[in-house]
Amino acid sequence: MREAAVAGVGYTGFSRASGRPVLDLAAEAAIAACEDAGLPVREVDGIASHMVGSDSENAQALATALALPGLRVVLDLNQAGHAPCNLLAHAAAAVSAGLAEHIVIFRALNGRSGPKVGSARFPGRGGQFRYPIGYDAYPMYIAMWARRHLHETGQDVRDLAAVAVAHRAYAVRNERAVRRTPLDLDGYFASPLVADPFRVADCTPEVDGACALLVTGLDRARDLRRPPARIAAAAYRAGPRPGLDIGDHVLTDDYTRNFTDLLRDELFGRAGVTPADVDVACLYDCFTSAVLMSLEGLGLCERGAAGDLVRSGRLPVNPHGGLLGEGYLHGMNTLAEAVLQVQGRSGDRQAARHDVAVVTSGALMDGSAAVLTTDR
Amino acid sequence: MLDTPTTAPGPPGAGTDDDSAPFWAALREERVELQRCTDCARLRFPPMGRCPWCASAGQVREDVDARGSVYSWIVVHRAFRPEFAADVPYVVATVDLDAGPRVAVRLDRPDGVDFGARVAPVFHDHGAWTELRMVLGA
Repeated sequence: MREAAVAGVGYTGFSRASGRPVLDLAAEAAIAACEDAGLPVREVDGIASHMVGSDSENAQALATALALPGLRVVLDLNQAGHAPCNLLAHAAAAVSAGLAEHIVIFRALNGRSGPKVGSARFPGRGGQFRYPIGYDAYPMYIAMWARRHLHETGQDVRDLAAVAVAHRAYAVRNERAVRRTPLDLDGYFASPLVADPFRVADCTPEVDGACALLVTGLDRARDLRRPPARIAAAAYRAGPRPGLDIGDHVLTDDYTRNFTDLLRDELFGRAGVTPADVDVACLYDCFTSAVLMSLEGLGLCERGAAGDLVRSGRLPVNPHGGLLGEGYLHGMNTLAEAVLQVQGRSGDRQAARHDVAVVTSGALMDGSAAVLTTDR
Repeated sequence: MLDTPTTAPGPPGAGTDDDSAPFWAALREERVELQRCTDCARLRFPPMGRCPWCASAGQVREDVDARGSVYSWIVVHRAFRPEFAADVPYVVATVDLDAGPRVAVRLDRPDGVDFGARVAPVFHDHGAWTELRMVLGA
């Protein structure tokens, strides 16, 4: 089976108000990813995207904007932040199966100046029980899980604080980050409460921008400009009764374990590595608690020890400052950072060892994850 | 009552559907009515046409005692919609009903809320629809 790799990444700047149509942002990031890899844009024959409702442009539109001569794979996932590693899984499978040669996966949105997903009302049948009572924003749902998770694992808000502080320290060194003011514990606890236990400092800032990755065959990537980031494994997983929409979680029994608990063994097994092999973790952090839950779910630490792991600094977690620092590109930028880390291109935030990176997309009952490795 | 289509039982604009209409209509009468699967016998919420445990379409509806225990809760300090701005801070709890299903509801008089706290239903009349809330102490 032909192996797949990420050959390049592309970004627009992240801002509060891009002043540009989303399709322009998407095209800029896609072209940047191809240029990064050294691949002529016209060779792209697959596009995969994700969105929330209608906050982005579909793959067909981007193909038109890029003047592509033809498309062999298109995929539009209406799956919010659960999607990036899932798109990567599908792109890798498509390349391996010969459905396409070069696939751009992207996320583009005016997430700050346009529709805000944090308070968006998602289509689906679960909303009628949440929205009319003021249980109507994503930070609330994740906060609901966070309180129970902290309680059952013997952690508390100081562990949320540890995530916010550590991520900000990374973000200070990342020129792309939108939150670069240093943050200490006092600053964290001075941050206003939004949905207790969450404060503003626990929540990712919504931004305008785009991010794209170029996925191709590992053999082809070796001939391109950048060292390949080999896609060792990628997987999506939902457990039973994942709900009627992306905010519906009352059918989930256990708020202390997220999807990473379900896919850990398969993901690392297929990648041929163990959690102990992970050099850098790029974990979806729409809110601080998701990092704690995913560190534990992936087996990167014992249950209840995630806050201690973050404080110890033993494992680089979100060296870009995470979505908390860099801004909410719904985790496509988290996947892109993992690529840069594996490629050894993250500058002064580069992890010293970077042979194996694990990435997650999603925070609660369902989501996706990937293992990227150097070409060894 | 359910046969009277002019009476919209649920919250306006909330996307009520054929499966949920009886639930909302029962709340108007200060009852909590849930579906029970006739194959695996589980009560379920939210209302839907098939059982999410066994996929059976067989169901009956029955009144349940909506007392329960708090599983988790949040305190909303920032309203995300103007209609809730006057309510902050307010508490939303996930409550495990003694009857089985979990619901997410506003908690009235929430002082002293804790994991496992006992709660009982109260029915909050909004005029056009009735909201299921809970109060501590049951």
